[in-house]
Amino acid sequence: MPGAPLLLPLLLVPLTAAVALGIVGDRKFAPEINILGSAATFAAGLGLAFQVYERGPFMTGGKFFFVDAFNIYLAVLTAFVSMTTAVFSRRYMRREREHGRVGHVGMRFYHAMFQLFIFAMLLCLLTNNVGVLWIAMELATLSTVLLVSLYRTPTAIEAAWKYFILCGVGIAQALFGTVLLYFAAEKVLGEGGDALLWTNLSRVSGQLEPTVLSLAFVFLMVGYGTKVGLVPLHNWLPDAHSEGPTPISAVLSGLLLNIALYALVRCKALVDGATQTHHAGNIMMGFGILSILVAAFSLLRQKDIKRMFSYSSIEHMGIATFAFGLGGPIATFGALLHMLMHSLAKSAIFFTVGHASQMHGTQEMARIRGLFKGNPLVGWGFMLGVMAIIGLPPFGVFTSEFLILTATIKDAPALAPLLLIGLAVAFAALLRRVQPMVSGAPPPWQRPLRASHLPVLLHLALVLAIGIYLPPFLNDWFRTAVGLLR
Amino acid sequence: MNAWPVFLEVLQIAALAAVAPVFAGWVKMLKCWFQGRTSPGLLQPVRDLRKLFAKDVVLAENASWVFRFAPYLVFGVALLIGGVIPILSVDLPLAPTADVIVIVGLFAVARFFTALAGLDIGTAFGGMGSSREMTIASLAEPAMLMAIFTISLGSATTSLAQIVSSIQSGQLLLRPSFAFAVLAFVLIALAETGRIPVDNPATHLELTMIHEAMILEYSGRHLALIEWAGMMKLALFAYLGIAAFFPWGIAASRDLRALGLAFAAMLLKLAAVGLGIVLIETGLAKMRIFRLTEFLGAAFLMATLGMLSFFILE
Amino acid sequence: MTLELAAKINSFLAALVLLTAFAMLAQRRMNGLIHLFAWQGLLLSVNTAIVGFVAARHHLYISSLLTLGLKVVLLPYILQVLIRRLKIHKEIEVVVNIPMTMMIGIGLVVFSYQLTAPIIELSTMVTRSTLAVALATVLIGLLMMITRRHAVTQIIGFLALENGLFFAATSATYGMPLVVELGVALDILIAAFIFGIFFFHIHATFESLDVEQMAHLKEND
Repeated sequence: MPGAPLLLPLLLVPLTAAVALGIVGDRKFAPEINILGSAATFAAGLGLAFQVYERGPFMTGGKFFFVDAFNIYLAVLTAFVSMTTAVFSRRYMRREREHGRVGHVGMRFYHAMFQLFIFAMLLCLLTNNVGVLWIAMELATLSTVLLVSLYRTPTAIEAAWKYFILCGVGIAQALFGTVLLYFAAEKVLGEGGDALLWTNLSRVSGQLEPTVLSLAFVFLMVGYGTKVGLVPLHNWLPDAHSEGPTPISAVLSGLLLNIALYALVRCKALVDGATQTHHAGNIMMGFGILSILVAAFSLLRQKDIKRMFSYSSIEHMGIATFAFGLGGPIATFGALLHMLMHSLAKSAIFFTVGHASQMHGTQEMARIRGLFKGNPLVGWGFMLGVMAIIGLPPFGVFTSEFLILTATIKDAPALAPLLLIGLAVAFAALLRRVQPMVSGAPPPWQRPLRASHLPVLLHLALVLAIGIYLPPFLNDWFRTAVGLLR
Repeated sequence: MNAWPVFLEVLQIAALAAVAPVFAGWVKMLKCWFQGRTSPGLLQPVRDLRKLFAKDVVLAENASWVFRFAPYLVFGVALLIGGVIPILSVDLPLAPTADVIVIVGLFAVARFFTALAGLDIGTAFGGMGSSREMTIASLAEPAMLMAIFTISLGSATTSLAQIVSSIQSGQLLLRPSFAFAVLAFVLIALAETGRIPVDNPATHLELTMIHEAMILEYSGRHLALIEWAGMMKLALFAYLGIAAFFPWGIAASRDLRALGLAFAAMLLKLAAVGLGIVLIETGLAKMRIFRLTEFLGAAFLMATLGMLSFFILE
Repeated sequence: MTLELAAKINSFLAALVLLTAFAMLAQRRMNGLIHLFAWQGLLLSVNTAIVGFVAARHHLYISSLLTLGLKVVLLPYILQVLIRRLKIHKEIEVVVNIPMTMMIGIGLVVFSYQLTAPIIELSTMVTRSTLAVALATVLIGLLMMITRRHAVTQIIGFLALENGLFFAATSATYGMPLVVELGVALDILIAAFIFGIFFFHIHATFESLDVEQMAHLKEND
């Protein structure tokens, strides 16, 4: 069947890499295996993406997997960012190990779980079965829980515990929502695994019982919304994303949030088909706006650099959720573009932040100074990254935010001022922090750094390039996805 | 005039008055066996009562009429309740006059006067006993009423006789509300009759007493009446439980054979209840007074759960 | 076994599950909590087997065995080992006192009854009335997690929540498809190992498992 030759490696490579790294342990070439595995995954993903681009969406693996424009684009993004993160993590984690923050067992665990995490995310994206989607999401969470507490400091353990408990509870609500979904689906599609297949469900979504689906959506919203980091379910996010090793913060912020949002959007498509009202969208818009505003204002009070950027992730995910909730071609296009741009920019920022904190031995912003003079590549990478994430043109984030704003003014003009306030406050909050960190003389506790700057530059270049000129294939890709999410 | 109802009524009250001390003796006997002691015999309470009736009454100087009146009232109430609960037959003439809520109210009257009598003399222990007793009552009565409501939901009536007939005819076997109500009732009965784990009936330490503390000042025939009423209260709660939850064997027809069968069934069930009481008493330790809120709260909770599960599951 | 009888047994078991949930709320001792959790798992396992027998859905037998193995044997064993190794013998401290917690629990039962009423009307299954009890168990598990200060009891509350979800799956539908059940069981197993490792980390770092100590990551730091 079409696609099978590429889809299997796409999933199996990370899984085997996880096992291999678990066995290999903390040898010298473990990071290289990590990078190779991620590169192979990325290549397989690209190949699969070409197939979808040419042939359109298809099912494979006996209806178990479903590939369409929406999820393959996220899969390629996931594979790409994990590849660049693997490259970044090679030098970064080596330095962490030299400083004694992680031990041998920790490194073995880190590499194996990294690949397992990628596997779980890809499974989540490519599966056709809504139940397996849940399982993969839970697996992704579990594989990163112990990574957040890798450094074994009291704050790290506290962050990991909160992450575990809050996300666990949230995801349990999502399971209840899935059960209700199955309950409604059983009546129309009969029993068995077929009733949980997304392709079947979207086909018969008009016949599904609206009351059950609305109730199911509430639970799914709470459940997957916790994983997206929507306010008021976001308490775990700033802690979890700031306490783990930087590569993990990068993939959590850049990738896992996207995947949770993907799950939410898939469910919304079903609910919209069943209820034929805009309820689900309204709920998403409400959560989105709330997240934007709370996160933006919280940005003003932060002292820890990673925590600050975690709140920025909450804000951007709020923007994307809001846009998906708004619906309509422009907003959805904007949301898809935003997911891509945020992923790239945020992970780039976390890379530079990781370097900066390694140079200064701390994550407190008050103690990070003089990045331009100390290490120009890090300094400029950081500056450009922040400019990208706050939505300055010509970076891609500006394009997506502009699209979303346009759609808001057209469809929900009353909310446009709120959106603008959120964006403006975030803009100001981040910019005022960047300035003292990059300029001035390097403080005496700053240490030199030998690191790989390629990932940062690559990400930022992509964000800039796509901001200036959206390549036609990307344009088509997004349009197809928008069409599917109608 | 038909003599049958009168006969039935007198028979039942007499049975209660006679059986109650024997029941208390049976419980005592089992407890001694369980604890590896020699028991004083099944009829010891009867002998105790006889001894007490023969003795003089010693009254405090400042005892009011309440103090003298209370034992008679308590005894009378116990007999009255005995005349209302269908033990031997469903056809009891006085049964329609009082439903389950009235029975609870009658118990409350008896308790009220006992508490007053405890306060009457003005001793410290009497006051302490009264206050403790009323605390337990304030927690136990709502729970009891809730348990009663749960049962009456099932039979759509609060009249005990009708509950008995409806349970006998229907299949109440696996109703969850029923099970919860039974559990709640057991807990409340333990509290109301003053058994372990709520109150130790055999204690002689005043500070640990609840019920005994109220009647410390009584002597002679007053004490005999109160003790007898206490034994009857235990038997009555057992009867109430049997009538509400396990009424099979209660005579539904009017012939003597059914009555005899009912009598035998009653004795058997009482024996089983006695065994149950002793098992609980031997297995558990007396709780601290402060834990009583949780205990009775648990009873209330069970009863409420029973009521909820009636609506949800049935 | 007729459908009628099965429905009655199902209701009865549901009531017992609810009772264990409340008993867990009221429990003060750690060992008692674990035993109650095991009992709850046993009741669920039996219930699943009966539903599988009556409705002739054989995959429910596998599900029942899985529950039995995981929730009645393995998880309580792991918890017991953890308690012994970490020498946890204290009473469980509560944030809200126990009678109040039970009142809130009753409120949650009524709430879940109201919430699931429309779904129960739509269902044609013999076990449909137990959906309210299942949701109530989920919410009571959540309540347990919120009102307890000890890490182990929070985890047990979480597991009780999962029990409620499993119960919901068997009462609203005839169990989820087997692949989903297996996946969920796998997730629970992995979660069990993770929290086992977690407890050791917490204990090593904080010298206690009181979660109030882990409340320092706030904005003002």
